[in-house]
Amino acid sequence: MTSTEQQPFLSVRDLKVHFSTEDGVVKAVDGLSFDLAKGQTLGIVGESGSGKSVTNLTILGLHDRHRTAIDGEILLDGTDLLTSTERQLERLRGNKMAMIFQDALASLSPYHTVGTQISEVYRKHTGASKRESRTRAVEMLRRVGIPQPDIRVDDYPHQFSGGMRQRAMIAMALVCDPELLIADEPTTALDVTVQAQIMDLLKDLQQEFGTAIVFITHDLGVIADIADDVLVMYGGRCVERGTKQEVLRNPQHPYTLGLLSSMPSLEGSVDVPLNPIPGSPPSLLNPPSGCRFHPRCAFAEKVPGGLCSTERPALDVVDGRGSACHLPMDQREEFFADFAGSRHH
Amino acid sequence: MSTTTPLLDVSGLTKHFPIKGGFPIRRTVGAVQAVDGLDFQVGEGESLGLVGESGCGKSTTGRLVTRLLEPTAGRISYRGQDITHASRTQLAPVRSEIQMIFQDPYASLNPRQTVGKIISGPMEINGINPTGGREARVRELLEIVGLNPEHYNRFPHEFSGGQRQRIGVARALALEPKLIVADEPVSALDVSIQAQVVNLLQKVQRELGIAFLFIAHDLAIVRHFSQRVAVMYLGKIVEIADRDELYGNPRHPYTRALLSAVPEATVDDVPRERIRLVGDVPSPINPPTGCRFRTRCWKATEKCATEAPPLVQAEGNKPGHLTACHYPETHEATVPAGRLAKDPGAAA
Amino acid sequence: MPRFLARRVLGALVILLIISAITFWLFYAIPRDPAMMSCGKNCTPENLAQIRRNLGIDEPITFQYWHWLVGVFAGRDYGGYGYCDAPCLGYSFANREPVFGTIMDRLPLTLSLAFGAAVVFLIAGIGAGMIAAVKQGKALDKIASSVSLLGSSLQIYFVGYIAMYFLVAKVGVLSQPSYTPITENPAAWFSGLLLPWLVLSIIFTANYTRMTRSQLVEQLSEDYVRTARAKGLSQWNVFFRFAWRGAMGPIVTVFGIDLGTLIGGAIITESVFSLQGIGRLALQSVDQSDLPMLLGVTLLSAGAIVFFNIAVDAVYALIDPRIRLA
Repeated sequence: MTSTEQQPFLSVRDLKVHFSTEDGVVKAVDGLSFDLAKGQTLGIVGESGSGKSVTNLTILGLHDRHRTAIDGEILLDGTDLLTSTERQLERLRGNKMAMIFQDALASLSPYHTVGTQISEVYRKHTGASKRESRTRAVEMLRRVGIPQPDIRVDDYPHQFSGGMRQRAMIAMALVCDPELLIADEPTTALDVTVQAQIMDLLKDLQQEFGTAIVFITHDLGVIADIADDVLVMYGGRCVERGTKQEVLRNPQHPYTLGLLSSMPSLEGSVDVPLNPIPGSPPSLLNPPSGCRFHPRCAFAEKVPGGLCSTERPALDVVDGRGSACHLPMDQREEFFADFAGSRHH
Repeated sequence: MSTTTPLLDVSGLTKHFPIKGGFPIRRTVGAVQAVDGLDFQVGEGESLGLVGESGCGKSTTGRLVTRLLEPTAGRISYRGQDITHASRTQLAPVRSEIQMIFQDPYASLNPRQTVGKIISGPMEINGINPTGGREARVRELLEIVGLNPEHYNRFPHEFSGGQRQRIGVARALALEPKLIVADEPVSALDVSIQAQVVNLLQKVQRELGIAFLFIAHDLAIVRHFSQRVAVMYLGKIVEIADRDELYGNPRHPYTRALLSAVPEATVDDVPRERIRLVGDVPSPINPPTGCRFRTRCWKATEKCATEAPPLVQAEGNKPGHLTACHYPETHEATVPAGRLAKDPGAAA
Repeated sequence: MPRFLARRVLGALVILLIISAITFWLFYAIPRDPAMMSCGKNCTPENLAQIRRNLGIDEPITFQYWHWLVGVFAGRDYGGYGYCDAPCLGYSFANREPVFGTIMDRLPLTLSLAFGAAVVFLIAGIGAGMIAAVKQGKALDKIASSVSLLGSSLQIYFVGYIAMYFLVAKVGVLSQPSYTPITENPAAWFSGLLLPWLVLSIIFTANYTRMTRSQLVEQLSEDYVRTARAKGLSQWNVFFRFAWRGAMGPIVTVFGIDLGTLIGGAIITESVFSLQGIGRLALQSVDQSDLPMLLGVTLLSAGAIVFFNIAVDAVYALIDPRIRLA
C-alpha cells in the first residue's frame, strides 16, 4: 500500500490564513504544512496567537469567510476542503470530520438537551428516525462513561458537571464515527484528574475506531501523554516537528527548548529558578521580521550576520523531523546541552 | 516570639453560603459548605501552597483570610490578633500588611488609571507618604517587578498579560505587606510567561521576606514556589506537609491520585502509574458523611462513612506532616488494577 | 412554575396597593378642589358641603382610601347613585359615570391599537434586524441601520400629522383614523386603525431592528453557534434554532415592557388621531381632577406593566432552560 503513504488522510500544504481587521491584516497562519495518517494523533503546541486554533477552524471551514483570505491546500482523503462549497462542507462536518472545543459549557447549546444535540447530528448525516437517533445518543453517552445515560440524555448541559459536559461533547463529535477528530484544548478547562479521564477516553475511542486526531494544546505535558507526532507553532508558523520522543527529548528549536525549560516539574531540584523565555508572544498584526522568535531567542546573536532578523529560516523536514532555525545543527546540540544542564536535576 | 506565634493562624475556619428557597416566605433551606473547619498556619516569610481542584474551596479560603468574605465560624489570627470579625477600622492597620494578587490580570486593573495611579492607589488610601514621595516609590516598585520605570504614565492596555500581572504584584508590594494571598496568579498566562511571574514572586518572597498563601491548581508550580503545601478536597484539608514530604511521600489517597494525574512533559521508558479516579466530585451542598473523599476512594470502608478522619500526624510521618485518612497510603501500597492506567508518557 | 406565578401575583397585588395609596395621597397634595369644580358659578358653602358629601371627599383621607379599597374588593353603596358591584372603582367626579365601566368601554380601542401596532413593529423590526445581522457589514445592513436610526429619532406628533395630511387628505389611500369594534365590522376596524398602527410602529420598529441585529450578531459569534456549524447543520437551522433562540430573551423582555406601556395608554398617539382610548381618558382625568378615574387608569397602567413583567419572566424560562423560576 504505497499509495496510502503517498496520500495521507489529512494533508495541509502551505496554508496561509490572513484576516483583515480594523487595525490591519493579521497573518494568523503563515505557511503551514503537515500530514496525518489514520489512527494517529498529531499534537499541535503553541501559545496564544500562535495560529493553532485558527488552523483547525480553517480545516472545518468555520472561519469568518468575509474577513479571511486563505491560500494553500487542505486535502481530506483526497478532497480539497478549501475549494469545497458550504453545502459540501456541511455534509463532511460532524460526519467525516468533527471537532471538540475547549469550553464545553459555552460550546454546547444551553437551549437544547444533551440528547437533542447529539441525535440531531446523527439524524442529519444518516437520515435515521427520531427514535433511532435517540437510541444512538443514549448509546454514545454510555460509551463516553455518563452514568444512567437513558435518564441523563434529557438533561440540559448546565445540569452536567464540567467533566461530563466534555464527555457529552466527545459523544456528539463521535456519533457519526468521524475519521478525523480535531480537539482544540479539550482538557484545558478541566481539573487534572478529570483531564486524565478524558484523555484515557479519547485514547480508548481512537483505538476502537482508528480515528485520526489533531490535538491542540499549550501544555507539553498533555502532548507527552496523548500525541504520536508533535508540531510546535510560533507566530503562525511551524518551528519544529517530529515524533513526541524526538521533540520532547531532543528539542531542536530554541522556542521548544525554552518552553520545556520554563515548565516546573514534579521532580528534580526546586532551588534553581525557572528558566523563562523573556518577552511576550508576538503580535501577528506586526510580526517580527526574519525568524519570528528572534527577539526572544537566547541564541539569535550566535548566528552571524544578523540572519535571524532578516531571513525567514527554512523548515527542512526529513522523515517527518525538522526545525526552522538558522543556528547550525552541531552548534545547537552544544548550546542546548549547556542551557538544559543549567536547569535539569 | 516569631517561632511561637505564626504570622497567620487559622483554626476551624468555616464558610457556608446559604441557599434561599421556600414559599411563600423565602428562608434558608440549605448551605453550600464551601469551606469546612480549616486549620493551618503560615509562618513569617513562608509560602504555604493551597492546592485542589475546582470547587474545593481554596479560593474561598483566600477570600476569608483577606476578609473579603465573612467567615461563618472559626478564627483567623494575624500576629496573634484575632481579626475574624474585626470591623473596618480595626482591620485598617492589618489590611495594609495583607495584600492580594488576583488571577485575571485584565480584570483586576482599572483600565482608566495609569500604572502610576494604580500602584500608588494603596498608598493614597492609607495616607502613606514614603520618603522621596510616592512617585519615586512607584518607580522603585516598577523596577523591582521588572518593568521600565519610564512606563509610569502608561495605561494597562498598553501592556501584555505577563506585564499586567507584574503591575498587580507591584501594587500588592506598595504597602510593604507581610503576607500576600495570591489566587491563581499565573494560571491565565501563557506557559512561557508563567515562569517569568513565578520567578518574580520567588524573588519577592526571598528578598523582601514576604509570606505567601499561594492558591493554585497546578501542582508543579506550587511545588516550585511553596515550602509547605496543603491539599484541599471538598472544603477540607486532607493533607498538609513540607514540600518534599508531600510530593515524595503522599499519605492521603487523594493526594496520591492527584499527583499521579499530572501530565509531565517527559517521555519515560518505565511506565508511570496513574490512578484513575472514577466519577465526579460530590456536591458541596450535600457532602458525603464521614470522609468526604470516600465515594471515590478505593480503600473506603464502613468506618470512612461514619467517622470523619481527623487531620493528624499519621504513623511514620515526619512532624508537621498531617493527613486526614483512616488508612494512610504507604510507598509500597498498591492500587487495585482496575484503578490504574498505563503510563501515558511511555515510549511507544 | 405555579409557585412562581403565585408568588409573583401576590407581589403584584402588593405593588398595586402601594401605587393606589401613593396616587391617593398625591392627589390630595395638589391644591385643587374637585368639589369646587363641579359646584359651578353659584356656589354656596352648603352646596359645596353637599357635593363633598356626595363625592365622598368630606372624610379624612385615610377613611376615603379605606372605603375605596373595600369597594374594590367587596363593592360599595353610593347612596344616591345606587350600589356599585365589586370591583368598584367608584364614580367619576366629572360625569358621574362608573369608572370601571368607562375603562372597560375604552379598553378595546387601546388593546386594538397596542396589539395591532405590536404585530406590525415585531414583524418589520425583527425581520429587518435579521436581514441586517445576516448581511453584516453589507449594503442591506447599512441601509437598515440608517433607516432605523432615522426612525428612532422621529416623533409621533410629527409623523402622525404629516401622514394624515398626505395619506388621508391629499392622496387618500388611507381612511381617517376611527374606531369600530372588531365584532361589529372587522374591515372597518382594520382600515380605521391602519394609519395609527403604522405611525406608532415607526418608532418601535427602529428599536427592534437595532436590538435584533445586535443580539443576533452577538449570538452568531457565540461558541455554541460555532459548534452547531461544526456539526454540519444547515445555515438556516443554525440561525433559527440556535442563534435566534439565544437572541429572543432580551427582545421578549423589551417587548413586554413596551406592550405594558402601550396598554397603559398611547397618550400622544390617541391625541394625534383623536381616538378615545385609555390614553385620552388619563389626560382628561388629570385635567378634570377626577380622582376615581385617575386612580382607575393608573391602576390599569401599573397592572398592565406588572402583568407583562410576570409574563416576560415566565416566557424567559420557557426560552432558556437555565432559568429556574422559584
